[in-house]
Amino acid sequence: MRLCAIFLACLACVALTASAHAGDPPGHSAGAKKSGYLFASPATREMQDDDFNNPAFLWVEKGEALWSRAEGAAGKSCASCHNDAKSSMRGVGASYPKVDAKSGKLLDLEQRINLCRTDHMQATALAWESEGLLGLTTYVKLQSRGMPVNVQIDGPAKAYWEKGKAFYYARRGQLGLACANCHEDNEGHMLRADLLSQGQSNGFPTYRLEWQSLGSLQKRFQGCNSQVRAEPYPLGSEEYLALELFVASRGQGLPIETPSVRK
Amino acid sequence: MAEDVRPRLKIPASAKKGEVIEIKTLVSHQMESGQRKDKDGKVIPRKIINKFVCTMNGKEVFRADLEPAIASNPFISFFLKAEESGTLAFAWTDDDGSVYRAEQKITVT
Repeated sequence: MRLCAIFLACLACVALTASAHAGDPPGHSAGAKKSGYLFASPATREMQDDDFNNPAFLWVEKGEALWSRAEGAAGKSCASCHNDAKSSMRGVGASYPKVDAKSGKLLDLEQRINLCRTDHMQATALAWESEGLLGLTTYVKLQSRGMPVNVQIDGPAKAYWEKGKAFYYARRGQLGLACANCHEDNEGHMLRADLLSQGQSNGFPTYRLEWQSLGSLQKRFQGCNSQVRAEPYPLGSEEYLALELFVASRGQGLPIETPSVRK
Repeated sequence: MAEDVRPRLKIPASAKKGEVIEIKTLVSHQMESGQRKDKDGKVIPRKIINKFVCTMNGKEVFRADLEPAIASNPFISFFLKAEESGTLAFAWTDDDGSVYRAEQKITVT
């Protein structure tokens, strides 16, 4: 009986340490879900905390300028239809990836922006990881900063979500690791010199110090995949798109931090 | 962020005489170190901002030499004692000789 009590006390202790770190700042977690911010070093956090120090805002400025620049045969800009992004785009970024009602296909924010460009503006699509597309995506998602991640995973999105989930738990590459092996099984543990995070996507596009640049979530997926020595999928592929949805759903409720700064 | 270099400044619009103010600057630049090689094995030529100068009403108040180990989009911040109203001018000098400039007025009371 006494042994049992000791065991229970130990268990409670473990549960307590697992649920929250005492020194965590507020606004970066939702229950047991924790933003990558909480795994970042104090110096990196400081860069993110001040919009001036955050180099991602160089891209935001670019995106803001593009928002009202008319391009393409229709002579329209984003602002021609959506007016002021500060009000019209509020909350939009938090709900992507999303199934497009017209085509029934899953789209992420980058693809949504490019679809607007080709369909409504009759302009050329912007290339993945180009300054323009990253800038616009970040500018749009910034308008949802602080709002909870809120993606739809039922109805038409269900099949995509299932596909993304299967990808997340499938072992791949020469190292035979699934996303979950690092970001669920070993979250909070060290992988050599790196502290493994939960792999949440609420801060993307993110300025990575390693890249010395802003980058999309899909670019990060490619990095993860090549780290387990798997052949990365191309940017914009269906596999990564479905994975984007599943990863977003894991962080349902986490506040949007775009543009975040990570190591 | 290479093609169009854009400086950003964060300076208080006004300050009391004798007050120590923080000047923050950020400039978009790729800071190519000259140590890297491209896919064909050719060295990518060095292209960095090698000099940063801040002047107050034409008088130099801060200067820094930048080296290839500095990361892209260099962020430089420093402190200044506010003595007189005027214009703070900033200049970043590139390896290719081009100079990127920005300035901002400050009122000292």
